[in-house]
Amino acid sequence: MSAGVAATLMASVLATVDLSLVLPLQSGLGDLVFGVLLWFLEQWYWLMDWVYYFTGLEMLNPRYRFMHRAILVGLCVGVMAPLIGTFLVHRQLALIGDALAHTAFAGVAVGLFLNAVIDLGVSPYLTAVVVAMIAALFIELISEVTDAYNDVSMAIVLSTGFALGTTLISLNAGGLAVGVNQFLFGNLSTVSPQSAAILLALFAVIVGTVAVTRNQLLYVTFDETAAAVSGISVNWYNRVMVMLTAMVVVGAMQIMGVILVAAMLVVPVAGATQVSRSFSESLVVSVVLAELAVLLGIAVAYYGGATAGGVIVLVAVGIYICAVALGKVQSARGEQATPDMGSIEADSADVGTGTGDD
Amino acid sequence: MSTQDADSGSAAGTDEQTTTAMDSDATANETVIDISDLTFGYTATPVVEDVSLTIDPGEYVAIVGPNGSGKSTLMQLMLGLLEPDTGTAHLFGERADRFDDGERVGYVAQQASAAKEMPITVREVVKMGRFPHVGFGRLSSEDWAIVDDALATVGMSAFADRRVTQLSGGQRQRAFIARALASEADLLVLDEPTVGVDAESVDAFYDLLAALNAEGITVLLIEHDLGAVVEHADRVVCLNREVYFDGPTDEFVESDALARAFGTEARFLTGVDG
Repeated sequence: MSAGVAATLMASVLATVDLSLVLPLQSGLGDLVFGVLLWFLEQWYWLMDWVYYFTGLEMLNPRYRFMHRAILVGLCVGVMAPLIGTFLVHRQLALIGDALAHTAFAGVAVGLFLNAVIDLGVSPYLTAVVVAMIAALFIELISEVTDAYNDVSMAIVLSTGFALGTTLISLNAGGLAVGVNQFLFGNLSTVSPQSAAILLALFAVIVGTVAVTRNQLLYVTFDETAAAVSGISVNWYNRVMVMLTAMVVVGAMQIMGVILVAAMLVVPVAGATQVSRSFSESLVVSVVLAELAVLLGIAVAYYGGATAGGVIVLVAVGIYICAVALGKVQSARGEQATPDMGSIEADSADVGTGTGDD
Repeated sequence: MSTQDADSGSAAGTDEQTTTAMDSDATANETVIDISDLTFGYTATPVVEDVSLTIDPGEYVAIVGPNGSGKSTLMQLMLGLLEPDTGTAHLFGERADRFDDGERVGYVAQQASAAKEMPITVREVVKMGRFPHVGFGRLSSEDWAIVDDALATVGMSAFADRRVTQLSGGQRQRAFIARALASEADLLVLDEPTVGVDAESVDAFYDLLAALNAEGITVLLIEHDLGAVVEHADRVVCLNREVYFDGPTDEFVESDALARAFGTEARFLTGVDG
């Protein structure tokens, strides 16, 4: 059952990406989706204007539309990065985000290259999504064949991606190298309406997919063998997971940059792990910590004139250190008296029979 | 996406009803595990060779063998986690590697396999036992009642909101057993379930298995501890790459299968048991 549904789900995920790629936002469905997203963006500007009039915060001045977009992108990243990161960190896959970010850089270079050579006019973020998702599937297939995620294959994919990116860019000398910093380090001021719309689409796909498959993702993350025995197609969900990771990485790249994007997948989750008891609590806490880091980071970057990506990560690490300290305090003084362990009741064993007569 | 969710949810619901309805007839005549001429190796050297056995509903079977004898591999083949090189493995009449009716099988692993630094409570772990039943949906209040019953059965109700990483090995193993109970499976597969469990809980644990078996659940136990096997299981399969013995426990004790399968180690082990 689950394998079939997962397959349909994958197909729909692929279709979404495919459409926006094949139809460069010009015809039919792509146009419609893009129109809706731009309409949403207008509403967001309106909301931000109101916040400006009430608070008088200079960085929300309606003259700076790019800041409104940057904050929207930041808020979305603050939800989807820790959401996916939670599933990655607890499978010891924290570094896969880094590997995929570097291949996404190759995707950006492919986009820039194609635009320069055949004048395709496609957003580099779209080519980045496609290339990163292909790389993600590739890493996953390698791990399925060799039966283990290994850091060697991840390191190879990482450096291959980056090497391909730099090579393509150097082939295109003359003008192109100028635009690369924005992708390497992220930039608040270059978040265009188009790339904000792409991010909103990615956000919808990611949050929607996790909302539907949360049970399966949790089971596969916690205990892969038991999940397989219970009929969950582990390989399919692993593939879904790495593809979603690729999407998060490209979405967050706009403000975080290739080099720092993995931090958003890992640092808030590590902080939440220190202070949370249950899994659902850790999901919520990691999102809260990430949003805190993003908003504080963007504000500090704006007023201090620093690069947002770096500041966000520094704030996130600061929050993580606080969380570690809080976790230590909690476990030092908070531990309740150990409750008595009940005995195993062989008599009430009918719980396993499924007769349901009680 | 939400329509898809609703569709699959209701589909899973009807599946569940039909299986429950069928259960009473099906378990009476359906072979739980059917393996014939099965050979498997991770490399060219087979780990499991020419194994044939069937397990009928309601049996209490233990698979024993020395370290590296292929017990765990055989279990993985039975559950369809591995594909046989030659021969066939069927689970509830379906090819094991294509079997996807996961709610019929409950699984308890050696505790080491799931020891992670993940923030998750005991109740959330037990909840996973209901996932094959709910699919993409949410747990109903009925599902939660089953979860709480399972926790009570293993005596872990007081620990329901504790983080799993804070538990002792024995307590953690109880949580995993509760998860298998919550899945309401027809077949329970346990891979050395009492490793790291304190001595008094071990006895209670085997009593629980016996009670479950008396209710009609098929129990398959992979064990290293021969004493426990001899005391509790009805049927013993002694494995060391090939099947050395397959029959009632009494005959196993009297046969020389143990010595042949375990070699010199056997005398030491039986010495401990006696």
